[in-house]
Amino acid sequence: MSEELETERHDVNDQGRRPPRAVVGSHRIEEDMFGRFFDGRVISRIWEFVHPYRVKMFIAVAAVLVFTGTQLLIPLIIRYAIDNGMIAGTVDQSALIWAVAAFVAAILINYGASYLQEMVVGQAAENVLFDIRRAMFEHLQHVSLSFMDKTEVGRLMSRLQGDVNSMQEFLETSVISVGDLVLLFGIVGVMLWLDFRLGLLTLSVLPVLFIVRVFWLPRARAAFMAAHETNSVTNGALAEAIHGVRAVQSMDRQQVNFQLYDDKAHANLKTHLTAAKYAQVMVPIVDTLTGGAMAVVVVVGGSMVLNGGLDVGVMVAFLFYIQRFFDPIRSLTMQYSVMQRAMASGKRLIDVLDVRVDVQDAPDAVALSKDMDGSVEFDDVTFGYNPKQPVLKNVSFRVNPGETVALVGPTGSGKSSAMALIHRFYDIQQGRVLVGGHDVRDLTQQSLGEQIAMVLQEPFLFTGTVFENIRYHKTDATMEQVVEAAKAVGAHDFITTLDGGYDAMLGERGGNLSLGQRQLISFARALVADAKILVLDEATANIDSYTEMLIQKALVRLLEGRTGLVIAHRLATIRGADRIIVLQNGQLVETGDHDELMDMGGLYSKLYNLNYASFDDIPDDELTAAAQSHSTT
Amino acid sequence: MSSAAQSTARGRPDSITHVRNADWGQGFNTLVRITRMNLRHPVQVTIAIVATFIAASLQLWIPRLLGEAVDRTQTVLTATGGSDTQSALATTAIVLLTVSILRGLFTMLQNYYAESVGHHIGYELRLAVYEKIQRLSFSFHDTVHSGDLITVGMLDLEGVRMFFSTGLIRVVLLGVLIGVGAYMLLTTDLVLGLIALSFVPFVGWRAPVTRLRLRATWLELQERLAVLSRVMEENLGGIRVVRAFAAQKHEMDKFDKASGSALELAHDRVGIRVRNTSIMTFSFFLSMALVLWIGGQKVISGEISVGTLTSFLTFMTILQMPVRQLGMMVNAFARASTCGTRIFQLLDLKVDIADKPDAKDLDVSAGTLRFENVSFAYPSAPDRAVLKDISFDAKRGKTLGIVGPPGSGKSTIAHLIPRFYDVTGGRITIDGQDIRDVTLASLRHAVAVVQQDAFLFTTTIENNIAYGDPWAKERRIANASDSAQLHNYVMGLPAEYRTIVGERGVSLSGGQRQRLSIARTLMLKPAVMVFDDSTAAIDAGTEQRIRSALREYARDRVTIIIAHRLSSLMHADEILFVEGGEVVERGTHDDLLALKGRYAALYELQVRPGDEMLEAGE
Repeated sequence: MSEELETERHDVNDQGRRPPRAVVGSHRIEEDMFGRFFDGRVISRIWEFVHPYRVKMFIAVAAVLVFTGTQLLIPLIIRYAIDNGMIAGTVDQSALIWAVAAFVAAILINYGASYLQEMVVGQAAENVLFDIRRAMFEHLQHVSLSFMDKTEVGRLMSRLQGDVNSMQEFLETSVISVGDLVLLFGIVGVMLWLDFRLGLLTLSVLPVLFIVRVFWLPRARAAFMAAHETNSVTNGALAEAIHGVRAVQSMDRQQVNFQLYDDKAHANLKTHLTAAKYAQVMVPIVDTLTGGAMAVVVVVGGSMVLNGGLDVGVMVAFLFYIQRFFDPIRSLTMQYSVMQRAMASGKRLIDVLDVRVDVQDAPDAVALSKDMDGSVEFDDVTFGYNPKQPVLKNVSFRVNPGETVALVGPTGSGKSSAMALIHRFYDIQQGRVLVGGHDVRDLTQQSLGEQIAMVLQEPFLFTGTVFENIRYHKTDATMEQVVEAAKAVGAHDFITTLDGGYDAMLGERGGNLSLGQRQLISFARALVADAKILVLDEATANIDSYTEMLIQKALVRLLEGRTGLVIAHRLATIRGADRIIVLQNGQLVETGDHDELMDMGGLYSKLYNLNYASFDDIPDDELTAAAQSHSTT
Repeated sequence: MSSAAQSTARGRPDSITHVRNADWGQGFNTLVRITRMNLRHPVQVTIAIVATFIAASLQLWIPRLLGEAVDRTQTVLTATGGSDTQSALATTAIVLLTVSILRGLFTMLQNYYAESVGHHIGYELRLAVYEKIQRLSFSFHDTVHSGDLITVGMLDLEGVRMFFSTGLIRVVLLGVLIGVGAYMLLTTDLVLGLIALSFVPFVGWRAPVTRLRLRATWLELQERLAVLSRVMEENLGGIRVVRAFAAQKHEMDKFDKASGSALELAHDRVGIRVRNTSIMTFSFFLSMALVLWIGGQKVISGEISVGTLTSFLTFMTILQMPVRQLGMMVNAFARASTCGTRIFQLLDLKVDIADKPDAKDLDVSAGTLRFENVSFAYPSAPDRAVLKDISFDAKRGKTLGIVGPPGSGKSTIAHLIPRFYDVTGGRITIDGQDIRDVTLASLRHAVAVVQQDAFLFTTTIENNIAYGDPWAKERRIANASDSAQLHNYVMGLPAEYRTIVGERGVSLSGGQRQRLSIARTLMLKPAVMVFDDSTAAIDAGTEQRIRSALREYARDRVTIIIAHRLSSLMHADEILFVEGGEVVERGTHDDLLALKGRYAALYELQVRPGDEMLEAGE
């Protein structure tokens, strides 16, 4: 296979021209992987989530201490057995039996403690992980939409998954770190206690290891990060090739792309080999130091035993401890990185958790009654996402119960913002928005959502069956109600042709349906909701004429007996409305029905006379011209 | 990495993705094939294996040396000649140090070369997978979920890559340690040796069983987490709908259900792991206690020395780790066999649209495209004819319009010309050459399709426009962009043509993307240019301007316009009205209107003002 690939590469190389204007895969912007080693604020916030499990955590720490203690004890028991039970002259059967009994007791305790610690920590860490994720997810359900508007879903998902996972890793290892620290100091302490001079001599290798690691760590980490980076770049290029395969094939870019990908894959190979070198270079160093320490014990300790200055059992215990004491050091340096990574993740998690919830129910908020009249009123409303730049200025209008009002105006005139205010997605800076005669700030958001149905421009469907999607708003709706609604909006026919009919599964975001069909389902969804008020943002995209006709019919049905506020793009919809409100630059400039507005000869009539099938078809320059001629008149 | 795993764990009934646990025969063949790939790096493989042998043997020597040292300190108590013993101790210490250093060096060689072999294989597989994915035809990509391909290319590749270092090398290591270690122990003292090794069979059985169970739970957990991430992703993507319908509570319920089921399994996993690791450690210590007891008595009775007992205990410490890693080794085998089976399945797929062995480059002379009784059915549904008996001629300088209701097969016509799919009946020719007889590269340079939904690569606008001709001069790029009515917009962007667009760049509207797609196609200078509903999101005025800008350009090529907006194609030299995969009406705009058939009805529908249309629909 590789020979084949080689020849293909030469084709591209041999062109001998300047490098192509081409890349594969994008260079993604990586977030900080490591934070400060210790960040008190992060720790204290994360502690809130650990708090409910604090008893378990204390048990775990206690278990770790017991566990470490038994590990320290075992060489000591062996030493006792040798020195008191076996060495000629001091032979004592009962000492050996005692030693073995102590050994068995120690390993039973060791077994229990390790079981307890790992089980408790493992499960508590999982719980904390799920709790943090839940808290974040729930918080995101309430934070202001302006935050959601400017944050990519992918970015939030990486908080909810990657960052949360690294917190879990941190929790698990932090308990283990306690054990490692105790083990390290324990070994040092026991060795010095057994024989101070020999202990000191043996431990003299430790500083060497520390110094080596201090030099090694930054370089090794740079190498590991480079490997991580090239890996994600290469994977990104592969993902791009998969997603864009149709474009690649239709423009015959396979060969160029292959060469570019080869460069990336090759760079990836090289960084990984470098990282492997760094990882492995520590092995002979640690082994040499272990060997050195053992040699010291053999020579120095051995002579001491010869001189009778040391029991042979102590020497054996030393040899056992030496084999163990590099483990906690290795493990602790690894945990150092885990800790730093966790701090960086923790900071990002807190950033999400601390996003302010701007729009909250007032303490005395009341539920909007089902029997309200269905009127909507804007009373001198001024609003801006940034208060300094209002997108709506002193807008006042009233939509009477049962009336259909079309909001029109050029892009950026504030139509969509006006819509969002009815649901109280944002709070206004001045004036009042009234629904059913109540200021929306005095009502619960829950009840607003229940009484106002909304249809978005880009219909959003959830993974699930058609049936579930249509009754999304009203989860207790029966199949009859759903079918009736679908029939009313003209969606029934195509639904029954789906594989499974109403029980057909929709793919991600309804991907297996056309835009028009998704629109009809979202109409049915709004109809099942059976709210007094309907807010609708008409789709701008072109839909084929057949579906378009169905949609127009459905719209009429949907608005029957409801108060309707429609951001209208289609002339047909606009002309069907009882009243038209024309917005321009955040101000209400005209209002009236189609004929009245035409007679007025203002912006609306100018736009209308340009004679485009939809207001959104109007090219920018003509639009500006019309708007200017209007504002000068 | 983990998110990729999660997003792709959803089950799909495709052959590539549903290899969970390959059957034994297939799995074995896969492992053989991976091993053969490894053997293509004979030098590195040899170094790794030899180093493993040496490192393991040296490691086994250490307990002996320690035992020896301990015994030397004992012999002196009964004999004389302290200085001899002193120097003997020094010799042992030097040997010990040397053995440790050498062991470290050889372990380093073992690990490094084992990793290196894996990375080289990873590199080769990456290229092979990339190359294959680029060449597999549209019909393959239609049926396989892109996320599943990403899993194969990223996670499965890892599984295969790690097989050498975590699987094969460990077999050697364990073989030497257990084999030679057992031999040494048993020949030294049979009874004590048997006791010392008694934990090996237990752990050696328990570790793999646990690992395989953990693996099964892990796969299941990934699936549950995938459900959870879907719930979250959809919620965040559709947050406006959620808010508008006040459905937060409903959404939290959905979240809790998905989250709860994943958490439950996560707990199970911890349980399985902990129960087994603790019992394995216990069994090891229990044999150690027995060795201490029986061995201690043997020391007392003088059968063995303290040094021998020490070396027994040290042996056990050394054996403990690798025996536990038996689980990892078995896991590496299981993982490599499923991952490898999936990768090889992909690599072994036949590319159904490829050059014939004797294919020549397409020779464009008069520039006539001809459909001769073309019929077509998608490979996924061979019984459902999408196109039936379509015939037409399209000549250089002329425009052919194709219109029809959704699902009539009009886009399929566009896809057949550059051979995205092969016809199932009849043939398509360009200047008399069947397009299946010429090279794909030359055909795709001659035929350009402006897609309805243009895929943007995350790179500069310039690179996107020049995608099909990466060596193009800047001026040509600007010209193409100007013809597509994109230039003015681009010049308004912060970095003009160097502005990054796409998934992680500036996002373009549907209309802007379509204009970019048109500009991109203009760079190709094709003989046949197909607009596949590619102006649907562009407003009528701009479309008009694009059309006039392209007039000159269209003179020396065939233009095919597929659209549902009649204004886009009513000026065409010939219009085909397609319905149910058949041409039901054909002629010029005026001919078709005069016919008062399907086309005329559609025309009526589109030009009449909305109100009347509504009434007509009632």
